Amino acid sequence: MKTTLTVNGRPHTLDLDPRVTLLDALRDHLHLTGSKKGCDHGQCGACTVLVDGRRINACLSLAVAHDGDDITTVEGLSEDGKSPLQTAFVRNDGMQCGYCTPGQLCSATAVLREVEAGWPSHVSETLEGPATLTRDELAERMSGNICRCSCYPGINAAILEIAEESTDYAEAAE
Amino acid sequence: MRPFDYQRAEDTAAARTASRAGATILAGGTNLLDLMKLEVMAPERVVDISRLGLNRITEKDGGLHIGATVTNSDLAADMRIRRDYPVLSRALLAGASGQLRNKATTGGNLLQRTRCPYFYDTGTACNKRTPGEGCAAIGGELRNHAILGTSEHCVALHPSDMAVAMRALDAMVEVEGEDGTRREVALDDFYRLPGDRPDIETTLAPGDLITGVTLPAPLEGRQQYRKVRDRASYAFALVSIAAIVRMEDGRIADATLAFGGIGTRPWRDPEMETLLKGERPSAALFAKAADVLMRHAAVHPGLEFKLTLVTRLLSATLEEMTE
Ligand SMILES: Cc1cc2nc3c(=O)[nH]c(=O)nc-3n(C[C@H](O)[C@H](O)[C@H](O)COP(=O)(O)OP(=O)(O)OC[C@H]3O[C@@H](n4cnc5c(N)ncnc54)[C@H](O)[C@@H]3O)c2cc1C
Ligand code: FES
Ligand code: FES
Repeated sequence: MKTTLTVNGRPHTLDLDPRVTLLDALRDHLHLTGSKKGCDHGQCGACTVLVDGRRINACLSLAVAHDGDDITTVEGLSEDGKSPLQTAFVRNDGMQCGYCTPGQLCSATAVLREVEAGWPSHVSETLEGPATLTRDELAERMSGNICRCSCYPGINAAILEIAEESTDYAEAAE
Repeated sequence: MRPFDYQRAEDTAAARTASRAGATILAGGTNLLDLMKLEVMAPERVVDISRLGLNRITEKDGGLHIGATVTNSDLAADMRIRRDYPVLSRALLAGASGQLRNKATTGGNLLQRTRCPYFYDTGTACNKRTPGEGCAAIGGELRNHAILGTSEHCVALHPSDMAVAMRALDAMVEVEGEDGTRREVALDDFYRLPGDRPDIETTLAPGDLITGVTLPAPLEGRQQYRKVRDRASYAFALVSIAAIVRMEDGRIADATLAFGGIGTRPWRDPEMETLLKGERPSAALFAKAADVLMRHAAVHPGLEFKLTLVTRLLSATLEEMTE
């Protein structure tokens, strides 16, 4: 089936078997191997990508069902791999083997937006908002990304650092 | 995964026609694709309904109409749901992960299949997967299994959190039938008990399409969803409770309670609710309510812990909500 995916800003038209997942289309057909396959069943988050700005598990999605969609993978988060979030991961030792990192980065990018949009989480005291990114909030919101090396302290520190910076900017702008 | 034909439906009529001809409906795909990879489900045709425009939440008769493809994220974050139906927001937020909730839909969540490991393992017997094959769960390892509504053929749980909150809210499932007429079905008439055909989980007929869920006007009182699980997040419920409680002069005026993790479908017990009505809250009353709830429990070895867990969760929730 002819399917057009816009990945990291570039349109690609592929001829795909309907069985091909979005993850396999990205990795095997477009050779964007940043997104990882951990479990292939929605249980680990290694395959997290952004579709129209929202995070999803690419392994539980058919590529043909994403015809026309705008997809961002870890390769598209920055030109040089040195976005503030990416550098914060390096600075805070947010990885060991690095297998879960692309998924963590995509997921964290979306978490920051979800918090900004005021989405509550399971641990939010109130549903009324506004949402603030405490350590507990972050752990809950990032629970869909498992790190087998258990680098959670570094991962959390990196994301909190970026969240604080953006709040500082927002406050300075007010 | 077995090969299949993929079709994207342009309107609900096309989806119904395809479904009537044997196609399996694909919404978010987070459950269907999981099961297709394992060949627990192996449809020859799949019809994608994700772009039918069923993704809106609109006001209806003082309540809300939720389109079938509204995502679990959008539903949980909707201001009207957060304000007037907080138990539903809470239940959704307690389920799955941020990534999954972005894909999971209202209709798909209602129809998600059980997480019984024997249903997932095609190397073992399962009446839900292959009718008449037997049930390896009964007499096997039990943990995320039901103690209410079971039969000698099946002890599989309905795993949804969302559906438990909807059960407490008296939500109605809106179904478009084969001929295009719409009907509304209460959740207790929607989910079947397993009996001797655990493979038939709902009263939907071939060609039926869920187009939405209707919530009646908001209820007065406090609302809460509590979920106990093996880890703090990203896990299915061992036991959960959706509670709506209204107090009047120190007495329980109304207590609406639905349970997850114990029943073969989202569970409600009118007899228990009647027992609580008009009473002053006390530990003895809550214990009696738990006894009533558990009066027909069929507890297979390995599931004894659920009796304690449900009793404690019910007491703790009611204690807090009747303060
Ligand atoms: C790792 C993991 C953890 C999870 N944890 C939780 C949890 O804690 N709590 C919880 O409640 N859920 C949990 N889930 C399940 C998740 O909520 C469901 O997979 C999801 O809600 C299904 O929705 P979907 O749109 O993706 O359905 P799909 O996979 O697209 O469809 C599911 C079924 O519904 C049918 N269907 C879908 N829409 C319609 C319609 N409109 N009309 C008729 N038939 C239809 C399909 O044919 C299919 O049989 C988890 C899932 C995973 C993978
Ligand atoms: S590979 Fe997709 S969630 Fe694990
Ligand atoms: S760094 Fe190894 S899995 Fe996370």
